[in-house]
Amino acid sequence: MKGNHDFIEQMKNGTITNNPIFVQLLGMCPTLAVTTSVKNAVGMGVAATAVLICSNVFISLVRKFIPKQVRIASFIVIISGFVTAVELMMKAYFYDLYASLGIFIPLIVVNCIILARAEAFASRNKVLPSAIDGLSMGLGFTFALIVVGSVREIIGNGTFLGYELFGSSYQPAIIFVLPAGAFLTLGFVIAVVQKIKNISADRAVAQESAIKEADKK
Amino acid sequence: MSISTVLIIMFTAIITENFIFSKFYGCCPFLGVSDKPSTALGMGMAVTFVMTLSNGVTWIIYHALLERFNLEYLKTVAFILVIAALVQFIEMFLRKFVPALYNALGIYLPLITTNCAVLSAALLDVQNEYNFITSICFGFAAALGFTLAIVVFAGVRARLDVADPPKAFKGFPLTLIAAGLLAMAFSGFSGINFS
Repeated sequence: MKGNHDFIEQMKNGTITNNPIFVQLLGMCPTLAVTTSVKNAVGMGVAATAVLICSNVFISLVRKFIPKQVRIASFIVIISGFVTAVELMMKAYFYDLYASLGIFIPLIVVNCIILARAEAFASRNKVLPSAIDGLSMGLGFTFALIVVGSVREIIGNGTFLGYELFGSSYQPAIIFVLPAGAFLTLGFVIAVVQKIKNISADRAVAQESAIKEADKK
Repeated sequence: MSISTVLIIMFTAIITENFIFSKFYGCCPFLGVSDKPSTALGMGMAVTFVMTLSNGVTWIIYHALLERFNLEYLKTVAFILVIAALVQFIEMFLRKFVPALYNALGIYLPLITTNCAVLSAALLDVQNEYNFITSICFGFAAALGFTLAIVVFAGVRARLDVADPPKAFKGFPLTLIAAGLLAMAFSGFSGINFS
């Protein structure tokens, strides 16, 4: 039972409480660049998740053999190997997605989330927890990309996953699919996340003081 | 490629297709190290130095090694290795021979390995089939564009520190929105066309 509980805890940590984009503010380049549509966002998220799981597992396996001084360089080589594999797979089986993500697939190598998880988690933990960590962080990343991608596609293009939402009379606000819209959308989304955090923190404080009041009586 | 083509490529890389504001390469250091104009300038100079050199070296590696042995698909692995080694080498070289420059740029150098602007410039050289000179000029110009963006933005952020936004917008969201407004200004250049 304990293992099960740990699993849920770890998944919640990666996807919500420590979401790599909304909370840790890592991996900004792909978040801003590929979220022009939900399809691209999902593609990027899945590709990065695959790399993250593979690299976490592999780094965890070899963590005892890597000398401390060259660990960052070794991590980057391992990650870039998996990125190349994912790139070739996408080129073979999902060519449309490969073409629309373009140079951002090889750039997964320098995505800070993957290196951060390798350094902070996989190099210190056993294989199975590292795999779960990769999965949960990857899902959190994908989730954040989908949120930003949905806002930008719905407002900037009037569609969701390619389906028209508002009929032909809708005039899309093109600024949201342009680069400037990426910064604005992510800014507002993170502001909403901070608002939610503030509310729940306030509530916790209020609850604590209410308990103290009750204790006094 | 003639001189005018090279100049057009450089102008495009600095202004119309600015690495930060229209391509999003190198957004992490852009948002991370832009809190003071002086640090922003240091980071920009370090990136310019590394990117100009790395574009030349990766061009040689790609055309002399990878292309010759049909190993083009390994370019990501090769380039990131070259960049990591080059950054390490520059750090050692500067510490030994140019301490003044090392003191100014030293702390930014390790961060550059994972700056996606450097890797993407090297990959774009291959994608656009630039020759050796053009590659170096492109790397230099793209890094200048990065420096321009990060220094301008650091000035904006210095003013943001004294602003009084709603509580939810404090910190990172406000920074992103300011970057959005700057990107809007830069998108005004996108109408410039040389062809």
